[in-house]
Amino acid sequence: MRPNDPSVPVNSADSSEPPVVRIKELSKIYQQGEINVTALNRISLDIARREFLTLMGPSGSGKSTLLHIIAGVDRPTTGHCVVQGVEVTGLSESQLADWRNQNVGFVFQTFNLLPVLTAFENVELPLLLTRLTSKQRKKQVLTALELVGLADRTSHLPRQLSGGQEQRVAIARALVTDPQLIVADEPTGNLDSNSAHEVLDILRSLCSDAGKTVIMVTHDPKAAAFGSRNVHLEKGELAP
Amino acid sequence: MALPLRYNVRSVLIRWRSTLSTIFGIGLVVAVYIMMQSLAVGLEQSSANTGDPRNLLLVRKGSTAETSSQVTREQFKLLQYLPDIEKDEKGDPLISADTLILISLPRKGGQGEANILVRGVSKLGMQLRPQVGLTQGRMFEGGRREVVVSQKLAERFENLGVGESFKTGPHQLQVVGWFDGNKSAFDSEIWMDSDDARSLFDREHYSSVLLRADPTLWGSVTNRVESDKRLSLSVLPETKYYSSQTATATPIRFLGNFLATAMSIGAIFAAMNTMYASVGSRTREVGTLRVLGFRRRAILIGFLLEGAILAFLGGIIGCLLSLPINHFSTGTLNFQTFSEVVFDFNITPHLIFKGLVFAVTVGLIGSLMPAIRASRLPVIASLKSL
Repeated sequence: MRPNDPSVPVNSADSSEPPVVRIKELSKIYQQGEINVTALNRISLDIARREFLTLMGPSGSGKSTLLHIIAGVDRPTTGHCVVQGVEVTGLSESQLADWRNQNVGFVFQTFNLLPVLTAFENVELPLLLTRLTSKQRKKQVLTALELVGLADRTSHLPRQLSGGQEQRVAIARALVTDPQLIVADEPTGNLDSNSAHEVLDILRSLCSDAGKTVIMVTHDPKAAAFGSRNVHLEKGELAP
Repeated sequence: MALPLRYNVRSVLIRWRSTLSTIFGIGLVVAVYIMMQSLAVGLEQSSANTGDPRNLLLVRKGSTAETSSQVTREQFKLLQYLPDIEKDEKGDPLISADTLILISLPRKGGQGEANILVRGVSKLGMQLRPQVGLTQGRMFEGGRREVVVSQKLAERFENLGVGESFKTGPHQLQVVGWFDGNKSAFDSEIWMDSDDARSLFDREHYSSVLLRADPTLWGSVTNRVESDKRLSLSVLPETKYYSSQTATATPIRFLGNFLATAMSIGAIFAAMNTMYASVGSRTREVGTLRVLGFRRRAILIGFLLEGAILAFLGGIIGCLLSLPINHFSTGTLNFQTFSEVVFDFNITPHLIFKGLVFAVTVGLIGSLMPAIRASRLPVIASLKSL
């Protein structure tokens, strides 16, 4: 695990490889009654392998919308979003579901663990959609839980865990399929400062040690300081 | 890939307070369904249990029931000399001419009167019906106005205890014994001597004839009877005759199905309400599952499964609620003979299975709309749900 110090530099992004995420002229316009609301306006952005990108901006600036489009949860109105060589805007609903399962790990602000399942079972959920055997799944789940330091909490239900532990289980769930891309939507928003630090440390080590690409939306400048690059959005556009 | 079953099971159980009333509601519907169906099954089995597979029953051509049939004494004499009839140890042909009469008797507990079937049987009548056995007292004797009564009937009507006597019209009849018909239609009858019955109730003819013949010779017996112009009778196996006498069960089965259908509509709405509440409180869970890669179909099947699990639990409760009435004796009007027919509620494993299938169907129908709603929830809006 990395030391708990945001000043420790993250490994720099690998510029020799093609970007993991390539966004070009991406726009998202919502219809609210008869009014068109532009959430994203012709955004272009490349995100490299091993990069820890933080997205900041005021509420309504479009950062979560951008994150959702990159993760294949939302669709743009116009423009392109290519993730690991796949144009995600061209995938059908079912293809997107499969693609998300194999390529993206999600971390939510509110953890979003299923309350009736244990930590182990929650982490195992994405693996149920793969062809792995029960034994293989078990091995991967335990590895993921060990990585976040919760190997001794496998049979605990979410309500038996602290907020920080819940978020670490959520990170283990995001990691368990070994996706290249981890997206986190304000992952420290519901945590105390110590827990937030632990979670951010884990996310940073995923980039530096495991070679993942992490995109994190945050309001908190302290959290953003853990990233290798910070992008500001304002009124749906990238701030200079 | 479907959601893990343990997720569905635990999701149902964790909201036990809200689901308990639905489970009991479905349980009650299933209990009513099983009870009504067990009435019909009991009634049908009472008919199906009746008769000996070696016996042939002869009734007047065109008659569908013994009560509407007539066999003359001359015809009976001719039948006694048919060569293919089996003989008893004394060498007498195993044949009995029966006389059927309807009488009215008071029910116990002042619940009015009901028609009872009195069967006059010849001396070999008992031997031809080995499923009937005396349980108390002795067999009647001809010429003494004695009767033996089904024990189940005696439990439901006044003055039918052994040693008691009852009046029908101007005649006083003495009860000298009880018999058990072994869950057959004979459990609804009073038996006496056939000639006594004819003279007492002023009947010139018998109602039907029962005889025993080797089944390999049934074709020969039928040919002889139906080709003899003096015998305008039709021949059919006794068991087949009784198994066709199940029309009484039809309205009961219909009523049972109607009641169950009407009540199931309420149960479907209860299940629907519970499942809508479940979907409402788990919107974010649905969104999370979708983000993790579970398809709409998996969400749909998951919620349908939860509805089915909920209803299955209700079905088990319904089965348990209905079980105490199993083998409970009851009676109703036989629409073919217009007499009281006594039979047992009969809850069979097949009926339990049908009850559970019925419950699961209610659950599936009730959860269909909520499941569709859950599967169509927009992912982002679901994730933002509280």
